Amino acid sequence: MTALAINALCKSFGGLRVTSNVNLSVEPGERRLIIGPNGAGKTTLFNLITGELSPDSGSIELFGNDITKVASRKRTHLGMARTYQIITLFARETILHNVSLALLGLSPLRWSFFGNLDRQHHIVESAREALAHVGLEGIAARPLAQTSYGERRRVEIAMALAQKPKLLLLDEPFAGLSIDERRDVQQLLKRIPRDVSIVMIEHNMDVALDFAEKVTLLHFGEVIVEGTRSDVVNDPRTKEVYLGH
Amino acid sequence: MSGRAPRLAAIGVAIVLLLTLPAWVANSYYVNVASQILLWAVAALALNVLVGYGGLVSLGHAALFGTAGYTAALLLQAGHGHFVADFAAIGFTLLVSAIFAILSLRSTGITFLMITLALGQILWGIAYRWASLTQGDNGVNVTTRPHLFGISLATADAFYYAVLAAFALAVISMAIFVNSPFGASLRGTRDQPRRMNALGYNVWLIRFLAFLFSGFWTGVAGLLFVYYNQFISPQIMALQTSAEILLMVISGGTATLLGPIAGAAIVVIMKNVASAYIERWNLVLGVIFVLIISFMPDGLIPGTTRIWRYGWQALRARIASARSVRRAGAS
Amino acid sequence: MSLWLTLAVNSIALGGLLFLLSAGFSLIFGLMRIPNLMHGSFFMLGAYLGVTFLDKGVTFWLAALLSGVAMALIGSLIERFLLKRLSGQELPQVLLTLGFSFIIADLCLMIWTGDPWQPATPAELRGALQVAGLFFPIYRLAIVAVAVVVAIALWLLVDWTRLGAKIRAGVDDPPIARMVGIPVSRLFTLVFALGAGLAAFGGVVGAPYLSVYPGMDAEMLPLALIVVILGGTGSLVGAFVGSFIIGFLFNFGQAMFPDLAYVILFLPMVLVLVLRPQGLFGKVVS
Repeated sequence: MTALAINALCKSFGGLRVTSNVNLSVEPGERRLIIGPNGAGKTTLFNLITGELSPDSGSIELFGNDITKVASRKRTHLGMARTYQIITLFARETILHNVSLALLGLSPLRWSFFGNLDRQHHIVESAREALAHVGLEGIAARPLAQTSYGERRRVEIAMALAQKPKLLLLDEPFAGLSIDERRDVQQLLKRIPRDVSIVMIEHNMDVALDFAEKVTLLHFGEVIVEGTRSDVVNDPRTKEVYLGH
Repeated sequence: MSGRAPRLAAIGVAIVLLLTLPAWVANSYYVNVASQILLWAVAALALNVLVGYGGLVSLGHAALFGTAGYTAALLLQAGHGHFVADFAAIGFTLLVSAIFAILSLRSTGITFLMITLALGQILWGIAYRWASLTQGDNGVNVTTRPHLFGISLATADAFYYAVLAAFALAVISMAIFVNSPFGASLRGTRDQPRRMNALGYNVWLIRFLAFLFSGFWTGVAGLLFVYYNQFISPQIMALQTSAEILLMVISGGTATLLGPIAGAAIVVIMKNVASAYIERWNLVLGVIFVLIISFMPDGLIPGTTRIWRYGWQALRARIASARSVRRAGAS
Repeated sequence: MSLWLTLAVNSIALGGLLFLLSAGFSLIFGLMRIPNLMHGSFFMLGAYLGVTFLDKGVTFWLAALLSGVAMALIGSLIERFLLKRLSGQELPQVLLTLGFSFIIADLCLMIWTGDPWQPATPAELRGALQVAGLFFPIYRLAIVAVAVVVAIALWLLVDWTRLGAKIRAGVDDPPIARMVGIPVSRLFTLVFALGAGLAAFGGVVGAPYLSVYPGMDAEMLPLALIVVILGGTGSLVGAFVGSFIIGFLFNFGQAMFPDLAYVILFLPMVLVLVLRPQGLFGKVVS
């Protein structure tokens, strides 16, 4: 059974084909990289996978279950987590509260009109654990507004990991990071256990290629090349796609 | 922990003052003003659930306020008892709130504002024009106030305590609400609705329930109003009233529970004071609105604390530099 | 029969006035993305100013023009010194216009008192046209003619001039417009002033028919809101069509269902906002 199976997925906006008959399948535990020039439709594909966009045709399966018509928030409950290209965290709260909110999203406690989120021990402990995984447990009480960009990226990853996803979607996790910060995130990603399948969109080839076992190249919404790192790097079509810009 | 003790002390003092108010405020006119402040504070707190914690600005809440008042008044006039009238008033207001929510929560921001404005106008129009139902411009009289535990609420003092009790319940319920996990979810949807959806929350349902909670307490405030005034007319459901409640919320500040309470006090006192000296309450309301939005968008409470702190810091800096100049001169 | 005819004539007259009111509102909403809650106030204040000019002996159409210019000036000052400070924050801007609507309403009450004013119909347009045994009040037809002339002028401005092209670009895509060097900020002031001036002009033109009275602003604003929501923000065609639809809905609704007058008006608005937020002709309201 595949972790993620996308079949003949199509999406158009008006006359513009943004996703064109995409077939993709990710094995459990795999590290997949999706690359492509700007406007290739990578983020759109993510939005289709998470359900924020609905496809015109085609299907999406998560561990064998057809989720094409499932609402996006329910996909989270089915084990999907995602980070965003532009960081959208809760600036008015502390780092710990941010991660707690991520945990609360999957908990029936989120409908409780009584008690206090910051005093729910099991949630707070799990949040601290998630922050420890990304090396930020020391500044858990700091307001998010007082953190650096690199720290926020790691908070975002902590929030995604806190939900114990089976499929993790990372949209340009290295964007805007310094060399040191990139290395930290790289290490972090390497430590993620194999019961999590990861699909990453990335522009920065050096870090990304190191991470990926299999690479999919998208252009104008279509899958152009797919294969191992060296397959894709050496394929003439890849050069065409990138040099054509 | 240094912030805690003074704050608890202040709350304690406030409670004592409120409980003993009729004793140290001799004139029943001012006791009535206090009752007004408290009941409008409930309305402002209720609106702030949506505005401050939900990020949804409604210009239709006066219609919910008036719906409760009118329902009670009309039922009382038809001969029903207070209990039935009040229960039905709150129940019907909840129903109307649900309808408002379903129609308006399809959008956010300015579209949400306009839908609530339009819905408020519809209800105002019904109160104003459907005279056979609501007696139109003539309004509806409420001849008696209810008895609470056998005590008549006819006097200013007795009614004040009833309003105070309702106000206390409202504040406690608001405090529990905003601090709860649900309250945290609501604040999350205010700041990052898309992210909340991705984290597994049902953003629409969260907002819907918040709207109902807001509508409930707005209805309670409307009920208190109609018993206070013993009269209700369509004016209470007009856009201007919605704007006044919104002014209470934003003038006091949306980020705290104290803000709307302070805002209600400010607006009610100004209205009572202004109407004694100036006939033009609308003008004053408008100018205050414009000034606060232009120069103190966080509201008066955060705004004045900032000015206060800024002034204090500037003073300390002045003292420090004067000291260092003196030291330099002496050496 | 003649009741319906009277209602019909009144409806198109009201439609014409609503167009003068709503065209500006629509442009402001389309370009600045805010419903200008003081637009009814512009109409009313303009009408009062016109009445004062007429009192001083100014001829009718000159009074209407002067009032328009005066209001355009006032509008540009408000935009330049108050709205612009809140640039980018649409919600506070809307609340600012709301606050101003209260200020203007009370100022009008102070200056012109609570009695309604009804200036005389301009001499050359008095009386009625008799066609096939039916009477059509000339002035009400004249209102429609004025509205059509203004509509054509606006259409020429928006569709055929460079200024109009810039406005259209600003309505379609503000960030791109800025990027290609269109001074969107200055356009805001211009369009706000234009809207204010048009509303004021409409107020004076409507005065012999509707008269001028306190509370008129609170009655006209919702109508402008409905017209623009129905017709689509930023669309002059939508404002034109919408104005006449609402003119008919208002008059016939009041006559046939007086109890539900406001429900009939606002229900379509709610339905449009909920089901088709971009209205009949407009762009999507973000």
